Amino acid sequence: MSLELKEVSKQVGGETHIYPTNLVFDSASFNILLGTTGAGKTTLMQIMAGLDKASTGSIFFNGEDVTNIAVQKRNVSMVYQQFINYPNFTVYENIASPLRVANIGEGEIKKRVGDIADLLKLSPMLGRRPSELSGGQQQRIAMARALVKDASLVLLDEPLANLDFKLREELRDELPRLLAERNCVVVYATTEPMEALLFSGHTAAMHEGRVTQFGPSSQVYREPNDLVSARVFSEPPINTTSVLKAGNEIRLSPGISWNVAGELARLKDGPYTFGIRAHHVTIQETGNTPIQVDGTVQITEISGSESVVHFRMNDNNWISQSPGIHPYDVGSTAHFYVDISHGLYFDEHEKTISV
Amino acid sequence: MAKITLQDLRHSYTDKPTADDDWALKQLDVEWKDGGAYALLGPSGCGKTTLLNIISGLLTPSHGKVLFGEDDVTHLPPDQRHIAQVFQFPVIYDTMTVYDNLAFPLRNRGVDESRVKQRVTEIAEMTELTPMLNRRASGLTADGKQKISLGRGLVREDVNVIMFDEPLTVIDPHLKSQLRSKLKELHQRVNTTMIYVTHDQTEALTFADQVVVMNFGQVVQIGTPEDLFERPQHTFVGNFIGSPGMNILPCDVDGQNVVVGGVKVEVANKGFVKGDTRKQEIGLRPEFIHFGDQGIPVSVERVSDAGRFKIVETRFQNHTIKLLIDDGENVPADNAHLTFTEDRTYVYGDGWLMEGGQAS
Amino acid sequence: MNKTINQKAWFFVLPVIALVAFNAIIPLMTVVNYSVQETFGDNTFFWAGVIWFEDILHSERFHDSLMRQLTFTFTILLIEIPLGVIIALAMPRKGFWVPVCLILMSLPLLIPWNVVGAMWNIFALPDIGMLGRMINSLGIDYNFTRQIGDAWFTLILMDVWHWTSLVVLLAYAGLVSIPDAYYQAAKIDGAGSWAIFRFIQLPKMKRVLTIAVLLRFMDSFNIYTEPFVLTGGGPGNSTTLLSIDLVKIALGQFDLGPAAAMSLIYFLVILLLSWVFYTLMMRDEEQ
Repeated sequence: MSLELKEVSKQVGGETHIYPTNLVFDSASFNILLGTTGAGKTTLMQIMAGLDKASTGSIFFNGEDVTNIAVQKRNVSMVYQQFINYPNFTVYENIASPLRVANIGEGEIKKRVGDIADLLKLSPMLGRRPSELSGGQQQRIAMARALVKDASLVLLDEPLANLDFKLREELRDELPRLLAERNCVVVYATTEPMEALLFSGHTAAMHEGRVTQFGPSSQVYREPNDLVSARVFSEPPINTTSVLKAGNEIRLSPGISWNVAGELARLKDGPYTFGIRAHHVTIQETGNTPIQVDGTVQITEISGSESVVHFRMNDNNWISQSPGIHPYDVGSTAHFYVDISHGLYFDEHEKTISV
Repeated sequence: MAKITLQDLRHSYTDKPTADDDWALKQLDVEWKDGGAYALLGPSGCGKTTLLNIISGLLTPSHGKVLFGEDDVTHLPPDQRHIAQVFQFPVIYDTMTVYDNLAFPLRNRGVDESRVKQRVTEIAEMTELTPMLNRRASGLTADGKQKISLGRGLVREDVNVIMFDEPLTVIDPHLKSQLRSKLKELHQRVNTTMIYVTHDQTEALTFADQVVVMNFGQVVQIGTPEDLFERPQHTFVGNFIGSPGMNILPCDVDGQNVVVGGVKVEVANKGFVKGDTRKQEIGLRPEFIHFGDQGIPVSVERVSDAGRFKIVETRFQNHTIKLLIDDGENVPADNAHLTFTEDRTYVYGDGWLMEGGQAS
Repeated sequence: MNKTINQKAWFFVLPVIALVAFNAIIPLMTVVNYSVQETFGDNTFFWAGVIWFEDILHSERFHDSLMRQLTFTFTILLIEIPLGVIIALAMPRKGFWVPVCLILMSLPLLIPWNVVGAMWNIFALPDIGMLGRMINSLGIDYNFTRQIGDAWFTLILMDVWHWTSLVVLLAYAGLVSIPDAYYQAAKIDGAGSWAIFRFIQLPKMKRVLTIAVLLRFMDSFNIYTEPFVLTGGGPGNSTTLLSIDLVKIALGQFDLGPAAAMSLIYFLVILLLSWVFYTLMMRDEEQ
């Protein structure tokens, strides 16, 4: 089945939570709503599910208008950020509950619960209660319950947000496999650009109640329409600074400039915004056309295998992300190399200038 | 201020521990230098909170000693240990102003009011709380409240160690790096020993000069962030730190030769004793594997785009091997082979790094 | 942020409105009706205006019972609230004794009010009651049916016995909800037990204590059964609290008009004092 939103908007007490939105999710597709907390992801999902009513616009399942159809009749399932299970039911009963509601025979229930439990590695604990299990297992139960009933629309609202790092990595790995063979529309809300990319599929970048861009995830990531979409799809945040274009030269600051050709060189002279993602600003001299900049280190954040250095350069807070472990002292000065071939240029309306 | 020594420390919550699992904390010997930044890192239930409570004095260990400097403090209550602690959820005195909160530990110890004022002013400046000194503490945001908690530790001049128990849990993601930066800066300024407990690798590795990784009540490695990444002492460390974690493959060790699924592999730790009965595996990180013309023959199963790199999942016999390749790099269509970086490939026995001779 | 405006909600509130109308508004309006009229019983009414209100407000009898009522209420509040907090502080926070203490504490609350009155009446009788005999055997002349002081002492003791548990349970609920980290932090900050009480326990118990004070205030101001069974308002009028007096006027003398006016004044006094309490105790919460 497919899902379509036409001019859907949501106002609450004079405040707009969702601006008129048009989206088409194809059948058997994985769609990601990407945006920070408060971007409107949850509201939009609740409208899709029928848990909340849109102020304007209509929703179509397979071309059929379901705008006024209650959630119970829409065949949707939902997984939330909190691990929501029936505390007094065993794992088996938890997973079976949507099937019992649908009056499915005992034999069929047993088979389907068994299958989904195998898939989600819950089989050894079917007789236990959710409270005896870890957070990751509890969230798996919630997912099993959502998937067992063959819903045509599966909504997942930041399901991994409350899990420990390693568990998140594990489930992030499993999820696309689980959903791959299903003929349902999956909508997955997340605040993490990395998740959106890893799931491939399509991403709708959201910001303050608007879908700023929708398309294949890797395209939205690599070719953002505007600065807002680029920001939504960058973690660590994308570095920006104003640059001055004169002829075929782009000047960042006195002493730091580079030449451009083609489309960029033909633009009219004047100020532009230059944006570059953190991993193209490295402490190693790599890439095709590195430009050296100096900065004062504010903090080096070290994840297991990467170093993220926050530094100040010409009154801008910039971030560099490099492979390996390289702790710099707070307050020290360091060189960074900007791979400008991956730079993005934005005009005065913050629209991307296509190169 | 003093160095901290944990001697032969063990703890069990049951009265008569018999089985291995009865120990919440198994055998621990550590020495921490005065003024260092340390982290205790591990998944929930690994014993890090138990250890923290033993150091702070909320718990008396079943066995072993805690020394601050030369003094045995094993049986001293928290208030006599000269420690400070910042908890997961901000603990502030709601009815007091920010100023009174910061002054509280000093006033309890009978410090005279002019000195209190001097210290509070100084610490408020450091923690950026000066503009809100006269506000009610309960009205502050979560990060402001955590700064108060921290400030109450810093304000005392007799503090041996400041401990942090997952202090950034309630902080908004976009404020986390600011607070991490602040912590780091404060550590450099005040030079008090600090111990940071967390399950988040980024927080631990960012904060600490030395990280203690724990699992199942046991210390699996103590080392710098570089050590943990480049030379994990245990497969647990290899998997827990780094994303994706280390690849672990069963192997056969035959004297000098390490063989994985019939293919000979060069490793960094060589020279094992023959007839070692431990379960042997090789471990190597996805960062240290590359596609090549020869080596381990694999089929490519899945390529995930992570933006700045791609995660490639390959299959070798019935094992999965993950590797990272650069964004622009291509995945061979067929007849793919993997080469391992020799000095980052290690052999593990029952999970522990085999201490043979170093690679020649 | 996801508030939905839905007028259907009013429909669900209707039953409550109907219920409140039947058990509060309609009876209250009947009382208002009586309070402004004169009646001689056979369903004939004469307009009386505010005469009854004037009478009551100027009546010495009303002043006296109001004073007795205020004395009683404030005395038991001054005893029960601190005592309840002290007992709650002394109760164990975990382990085997927790349920035992909780059950012991709930027992007095489970006994019907008139039984409590009768129990204490017998218990305190100077000749056969255990308490009465014990006090007299100590050489103290104690007789609550004859001596005003003894009657008050017994009355207050009975109320404290009956209702302190309520304060204990509420305060205890407030105490156990304080996370351990607060106590640990206070220990580390070098706070003594008084400072812990003053800056952690008391502020964290504030909400439940406000509820306890309000409940105890309203209940004690309305108290009827227990003192009526225990002393019947005597000796003389010395323990005639407002409610007892009200019943005497309404049913004893069948002065429905003055009784109705008195009820309304009574009601307004409770409302006013409750508001004062609430505002005082919640003063800081706004900020």
